[in-house]
Amino acid sequence: MNIKEILTGKEKDKLFLMGNEAAVRGALEAGVAVASTYPGTPSSEIGNVLSVLAEDAGMYFEFSVNEKVALEVAAAAAASGLRSFTFMKHVGVNVASDSLMSVAYTGVRGGMVILTADDPSMFSSQNEQDNRHYARLANIPLLEASSPQEVKDLMKYAYQLSEEFEVPVILRTTTRVSHMRGVVELGALEKPKTNGHFEKDPQRFVPVPESARVMHRNLVEKMGEIGVLSNNSSLNESFDNGSQVGIITSGSAYNYVMDVVEEYELPVNVLKITFSYPLPEKKVLEFLENIERVLVVEEVDPIMEKEIMAIIGKHQINKVVHGKIDGTLPRIYEYSPDIVLEGVGRMMGLQMPVGTDSSSVELPKRPPTLCPGCPHRAAYFEVKKAAEDLGLDDLIFPTDIGCYTLGIEAPYEIADYLLSMGSSIGTSCGFSKATDQTVVSFIGDSTFFHAGIPPLINAVHNKNNFVLVILDNRTTAMTGGQPHPGLPVDGMGLEAPEMSIPEIVKACGVDMVEIINPLSVRNSKEIFKKALQHDKVAVVISQYPCMLIKGKPEKGKNIIIHIEDDKCTGCDTCVMELTCPAIYTNEDGKIRIDPLMCRRCSVCVQTCPEKAIRAKKIDNKRGEEE
Amino acid sequence: MNPYNIYISGVGGQGIIKTSIIMGEAAMKSNLSVVVGEIHGMSQRGGVVSTQMKIGDSYSPLIEEGKAKLLLAFEPLEALRAIKMINKDSYVVMNTAPIYPFNLRQSEHPYPELSTILDQLQSQAQKVIAMDADGIAKKAGHILATNMVMLGAVAAVPDFPLEKEIILASMKDNLPEKSIPINLEAFEEGFSFCSSSLL
Repeated sequence: MNIKEILTGKEKDKLFLMGNEAAVRGALEAGVAVASTYPGTPSSEIGNVLSVLAEDAGMYFEFSVNEKVALEVAAAAAASGLRSFTFMKHVGVNVASDSLMSVAYTGVRGGMVILTADDPSMFSSQNEQDNRHYARLANIPLLEASSPQEVKDLMKYAYQLSEEFEVPVILRTTTRVSHMRGVVELGALEKPKTNGHFEKDPQRFVPVPESARVMHRNLVEKMGEIGVLSNNSSLNESFDNGSQVGIITSGSAYNYVMDVVEEYELPVNVLKITFSYPLPEKKVLEFLENIERVLVVEEVDPIMEKEIMAIIGKHQINKVVHGKIDGTLPRIYEYSPDIVLEGVGRMMGLQMPVGTDSSSVELPKRPPTLCPGCPHRAAYFEVKKAAEDLGLDDLIFPTDIGCYTLGIEAPYEIADYLLSMGSSIGTSCGFSKATDQTVVSFIGDSTFFHAGIPPLINAVHNKNNFVLVILDNRTTAMTGGQPHPGLPVDGMGLEAPEMSIPEIVKACGVDMVEIINPLSVRNSKEIFKKALQHDKVAVVISQYPCMLIKGKPEKGKNIIIHIEDDKCTGCDTCVMELTCPAIYTNEDGKIRIDPLMCRRCSVCVQTCPEKAIRAKKIDNKRGEEE
Repeated sequence: MNPYNIYISGVGGQGIIKTSIIMGEAAMKSNLSVVVGEIHGMSQRGGVVSTQMKIGDSYSPLIEEGKAKLLLAFEPLEALRAIKMINKDSYVVMNTAPIYPFNLRQSEHPYPELSTILDQLQSQAQKVIAMDADGIAKKAGHILATNMVMLGAVAAVPDFPLEKEIILASMKDNLPEKSIPINLEAFEEGFSFCSSSLL
């Protein structure tokens, strides 16, 4: 499939789409005029697709500097009467949450949807927080999708709901929905209305105490009405098998429930909750009426489970609730058909068939790592060597969120403390005040723009002493190479002013700012030594493009890096200290470099103590060894 | 129809997601229900990649342990790591070319011998089709065609629910035009390797 078919596909056409792609189609069918995000797995592909399609679709899309700004862009567009869409990973909503709480009060005029992509089991996140709590915290409606088709359909419905009640609506997916592919039947496209106009109404859009009190009362009233709607909504669907036992479930967990119910022909009633906040109290009561016990299957926290208990308590009915709280199901991580089957078995006192672990061989792990030729590897190597040269052995390495967090693995072991986007700099302030240890902190270019500037100002103003290394690889690499404000291009691929990291750092008051090419090992090490000896905040900007966006090496096309066996003593420095995936030991115990993986960064050439790694010209243009 | 479950495993960068998209679209074109589950993000950087696919009636793409009818393993260690997904009726199509974990030297456990991996898999599966897909792809013209060697082999597995011609059409829809001849040859080589090893 060509990605453009997401826009050109006609009504009734079927496409094989990922949940994230289906979200884009849903936005296009809803006539969204303004969309904004900061990239984060598992939501990133929504932005990647929009950046390709937005211009042709006649809408505006941006990669905002962070999620808070993304939400604010969307809020203002919706206040101006346009349909707006902002989307982010679950922890991105934390960043946006300050303004989220207020846009719940002010409400919207055009429809506004906030998609949160949660990550149960933390496939690519620092936590697995359940963002259904945010709907409760902000007191705005929440819909939960279980498949790509539902993601698309719910997007359209969410805009109707949002406009009818003038509230923003949260659409929640999880990794298994965002990254699930399935057949999606398309609906008709709607041409976006793009000429917004903001009608002033400060009593409604400026929450100072006096107006905010009124806004909150209005919001609570609206949510009461929306609760009635949720009760009557066909999105909350029950399947009656005439059983005494029931399951209430939502989102991805619903899929696991249905897989095991159908495969094992389990005699249970099922209530699928899609309009998930406000929880449909009346519908839950009706469902409970004919059963004795209910299993609540949801990811990740027992949110519906507790609310169902509250409904049972309020109505003083006698039903047994199973789920996370009584230990029938696990309280952490994502679910699967296996886990649900075990839980159902536990509730019903049945012995369920379970899979067996059939290999007796212990296997080596395969953690992700920095790519061959990655400039971060060189910078890490140089910082460690610089500290070694200066006899510094008690260093703290606060790190941040990006590919460079992979520095946690041996042999780099250069990631000591991490909280969230931008925390490298803020925590360096704390470490440099609380300890006498040397602090060297790492942050990426996109992360620096996202949340690194205020803490850097804090560091200088409060007279901290640490080295900050900005790993500027000219892209947002971990999420797939999206642009950021430091690049001359915007989210729609159009020319844009390029913000200079060195100028920003200088403007923050840093008096030592150095730029290095990390692939030049000796020079870089000397600059790191200078920075380590500086008695204030020193910033080293390590500038080299990500090897994934840089493409194949042009200049070194006819060059391979190889090991000269007569010089190689087998000291293993390259294998053990650089740990480049292109360098390996062959069956005969000889060190070799895979010419297909090698990106000719030449860091190993510069660091081999025996000078046994050399560049060599070859004739074979495919770069294979003879 | 009970779904036909396929567990695909390997290492980031081997073209595993592209392979699942081609199969998924082929299923859609065959008017079959299909769902695929993928994991993106950090795993791309040389880590484990696995996708799960169910062709037929199902809700979630996640396969219960022991319920994969086919294990398609792009790398031997990752084949063995996925062994709990198969049963005595399963087919295994495996690439024998290893990709060693970057930190193998620091690892507590060594990389298993290929013969150990094959013995283990053979003891749990109906049939293991093991081939040097990297080598076959290189002979066809490019190492990047490894995934099409694997896909070709799958098309020859007994009871595989998709027609070869529909898979080929879906492949042409999803790969750059100039790479088609090499990928086509890789596919046919994989197909005939698998066919002849089943004789």
